Amino acid sequence: MKEFSYARADDTPSAVQLGNAHPGTKYLGGGTNLVDLMRETIEAPEALVDVTGISQDIEMLPEGGMLIGAGVKNTTVAAHREVRMRYPMLARAILAGASGQIRNMATVGGNIMQRTRCLYFYDGAARCNKRAPGIGCDAVEGFSRYHAILGASPSCIATHPSDMCVALAALEAVVHLEGPAGARTMALNEVHRLPGERPDLETELAPGELITAVELPSLPFVARSNYRKVRDRSSYAFALVSVASALDIGPDGIVRDVRLALGGVAHKPWRAAAAERALIGKPASEENVRAAAEIELAPAQTYRDNGFKVELAKRVIVASLDDLARRAAL
Amino acid sequence: MRFLINGQAHDLAPDIRTSVLDLLREHLRLTGTKKGCDQGACGACTVLVDGERINSCLALAVQYQDRAITTVEGLPFASGLHPLQEAFIEHDGFQCGYCTPGQLCSAVGMAAEIERGVPSVLTEDLTVETMELTLDELRERMSGNLCRCGAYNGIVDAIAATFGPEKAR
Repeated sequence: MKEFSYARADDTPSAVQLGNAHPGTKYLGGGTNLVDLMRETIEAPEALVDVTGISQDIEMLPEGGMLIGAGVKNTTVAAHREVRMRYPMLARAILAGASGQIRNMATVGGNIMQRTRCLYFYDGAARCNKRAPGIGCDAVEGFSRYHAILGASPSCIATHPSDMCVALAALEAVVHLEGPAGARTMALNEVHRLPGERPDLETELAPGELITAVELPSLPFVARSNYRKVRDRSSYAFALVSVASALDIGPDGIVRDVRLALGGVAHKPWRAAAAERALIGKPASEENVRAAAEIELAPAQTYRDNGFKVELAKRVIVASLDDLARRAAL
Repeated sequence: MRFLINGQAHDLAPDIRTSVLDLLREHLRLTGTKKGCDQGACGACTVLVDGERINSCLALAVQYQDRAITTVEGLPFASGLHPLQEAFIEHDGFQCGYCTPGQLCSAVGMAAEIERGVPSVLTEDLTVETMELTLDELRERMSGNLCRCGAYNGIVDAIAATFGPEKAR
């Protein structure tokens, strides 16, 4: 690990000031990903600004939404009574990720900013365009069981590892940012980039910008929502495919609104907007859901070991919405 | 830097890169806490901070100044072993013992999470506030602690006997 300087921020303005005092500064949350990457020398920040002491609140918003501070620990979010009642897909997504220990350390902001667990990204002997732009990607023709099927490029087929972010994508969460140029907001769905030619550029955050909070909109129908995760072992493993979903069905059985996002399939949490559009206004029958999933997965491109993910994603979408439709009918 | 470990204050000046794990083992000779993978995958390094379990290998010591850190050495009651340690002996909760300190600290932290009503991915109804430690729940909640000997059955029995709803099976 390369040596670094350390400062603990007392408030957001001082965090942003410290975070922009020198190039090569990184914000430090729980450290569950960054410290590991520093030890692997994949990350080598010259300075760390510890932001775990700030942005600690979960606030109910007057219009019915919720504002979750970026410094709140993952366990705290998942255990929060209002999150469990109103956004169960978010609580379930968080609880489906990592381990009890890691969820106690990891922050909301850090979860969003975590980097891929692509084995070739971690392996210094492999070629990786994230680590060394332009050098090539050994995953494309390598062991690709955990890699992307949607929105990838010849430069990079890595996936975003977060479970939490899949629920945030489905919820259309809004990320609050604070930077040298002031405060702004950005849709969670805009935060992460597709790899294109520059997989080393992972988010749309400006240098030195800090996530201060995540805003959840008021979405009463999400009180019935779920998160289904398929993985190689039943706990403490990254997703092969995961689905966050919520379903609003009218008394006539017609889909009024639906939210779908996929994890484990792309360089970013994948909002399945095409499938959502295909379902709204139709009965939530298995046939219609399957057809909607087909539309979403139509552009899928597979590699040596991940062809199974296309059918798996469709089936998990069908199973998720079937579960919600049955619960709506009760 | 000041560290509060097992109720004792220590003034130390470790290298800025030092993890809580290396601080414990290399600076304080508290070698109960084990280094398994050193990358947050195995849980052998689990300690409690303000009563919550964390992986000490991923924790930079500088971030944990003035926090109440409890290691396996801090678990025993004044009278001797912690009841969970007694249960590990009783139920053969180990073979080589390398993962045991992490299992112990993790289980104590997990029991506190159950007590606080923290749900798990297996919790059927998230609106329920009282959590029950079934064997499936126990296995899920302890999944961050690996045992390469595969002593899981004994580990599960020991934890269930100490913290389970019926105490002993």
